[in-house]
Amino acid sequence: MGLSGPRTLAPFGRRTLQVVERREVGAYVVLAAADPGGPMPRAGQFYMLAAAEQWGGRTDERPFLPRAFSVLRAGGGRLEFMLEAVGPGTERLAELAPGDGLHVTGPLGVGFGDPHDGRRALLCGGGVGTAPLAIWQDELLARGEPAPALLGFRDAAHAPGAGLLQNARVATDDGSHGHHGLVTDLLATELDAEDHVVVYACGPPPMLESVRAMCEQRGVPSRLALESGMACGFGACFGCVVALRAGGYLRLCVDGPVLNGELLAEVPAH
Amino acid sequence: MTAVDFCGLRLAHPVVNGSGTFDAIAARRVFGDALLDRFPFSAFVSKTITIEPRDGNPPPRLYEAPAGMINSIGLPNKGLRGYLRDELPELAALPVALITNVMGSTSDELAELVSALDERDEVDALELNVSCPNVRTGLDIGADPRELHAVVTRLRPLTAKPLIVKLTPNTADVVAVARAAEDAGADAVSLINTLRAYAPHPTRAGAAWLGNATGGLSGPAVRAVALAQVREVAARVSIPVIGMGGVQTGLHAASMLEAGATLVAVGTENFRDPAAGTRISRELDDLFAKSGGKSGRTPGP
Repeated sequence: MGLSGPRTLAPFGRRTLQVVERREVGAYVVLAAADPGGPMPRAGQFYMLAAAEQWGGRTDERPFLPRAFSVLRAGGGRLEFMLEAVGPGTERLAELAPGDGLHVTGPLGVGFGDPHDGRRALLCGGGVGTAPLAIWQDELLARGEPAPALLGFRDAAHAPGAGLLQNARVATDDGSHGHHGLVTDLLATELDAEDHVVVYACGPPPMLESVRAMCEQRGVPSRLALESGMACGFGACFGCVVALRAGGYLRLCVDGPVLNGELLAEVPAH
Repeated sequence: MTAVDFCGLRLAHPVVNGSGTFDAIAARRVFGDALLDRFPFSAFVSKTITIEPRDGNPPPRLYEAPAGMINSIGLPNKGLRGYLRDELPELAALPVALITNVMGSTSDELAELVSALDERDEVDALELNVSCPNVRTGLDIGADPRELHAVVTRLRPLTAKPLIVKLTPNTADVVAVARAAEDAGADAVSLINTLRAYAPHPTRAGAAWLGNATGGLSGPAVRAVALAQVREVAARVSIPVIGMGGVQTGLHAASMLEAGATLVAVGTENFRDPAAGTRISRELDDLFAKSGGKSGRTPGP
């Protein structure tokens, strides 16, 4: 369990798409690219992205490698990604404009599996980890399943990211929106009220570790979308490994990025 | 396509992969049978196989360097038995020749690996990863011409399959080790492996970023070094050379062939584009066609 999940096969090789929209959502940038004929990804799958032009030559002569992004939304021959400019790769991607070329490889990895045992889905995200929960919530709602979401953000500049999902309850570190504190505070309250759920989570490592530990303690299944530095995204480089509770490692790019929380003794810090 | 003869193997074009830079089994899970229909290399070089299974190094294993990357993966593999049982049947289904890369920390280990693989018809050639410390001397086998000569002399009679020695660039005299490999009966040499490299932790002063402290640098950052070493070695040995190091385009591949390589291996560029090998061999073909295969950008010997 946990080493298989929904996966749409990727077309072989990197393809170059055209950016069709760039919009700002608070401190985040949402990039949309036309992917005519591209396959429909599963929620939780990801793509390796790079600007088709000028990928390199910034700080420290980077970026060099493509960057992994969970798909935010997909459909109608279009892919959307959510990003925040925090380094040379995301800075370059964030400045792309309609008409610019975007190299993509994907969809990659395995996505979120369905809730089971009559449990309902509970979505919990932090920061840019909101992205895979948006496409997942769309899918659950379209099936008539409730998909309540809890989202945490740093501050007022980032909180507008909550608008990417429907009816999300929000926590902010600075108290500017919603609960003043951590999204895991909201999660604890939810689980106190109803724990016949599966928690679907994506966010920064400390948040994911907190979700994992809380779910384990309460016997609640968790599906964690992890991130890691990765060079390739398709199992070639063995760079994105995560240590397993049972010993050994698995590659997040081909066996994840969504893992059952039970597989991990902890979510690695990086 | 420009077919190439390499140690008796007829290859459809001169572009192969560097060991450990493409996992054909994982790629088939990700891309499906399209991978087989458009396989990017004319021969597939496996990741390094050791006698016992290895988990590999603790993460972090990657660092993005200026115009390249540093890796300290640590040769994770299922071990010889796991390779023969689980991986060889899948690799045998690839539409190209299979070169299996092996590493041992003693000549006994290497002899066991070479003997076991010699018995398997699915394996077309063997590549020795000698960038490994000898447990007795602590020196990399491939950094010491005498040590390397002794090891290859021991292995040579164990197989009739082509034996390729993957040279390390982390040595005082790469020509001396290449000649030692040839003298001891190697059929080909491949170079360059990654350059030993270190990445400081971005926030903790004095600490290493990589879990194993040091790693190997690859990508366009090493291309000029690779060309120099391939050129020197190819001029001083009479066996074929597989040239690699920062190859990203057909023009880069042509430079390797001009430096004297018979085959060109693509490594880090595979990470940026899984089908890089297809593009590079096509670009190389276009260069040959333009030059009429006679002048300018022509294949090596």
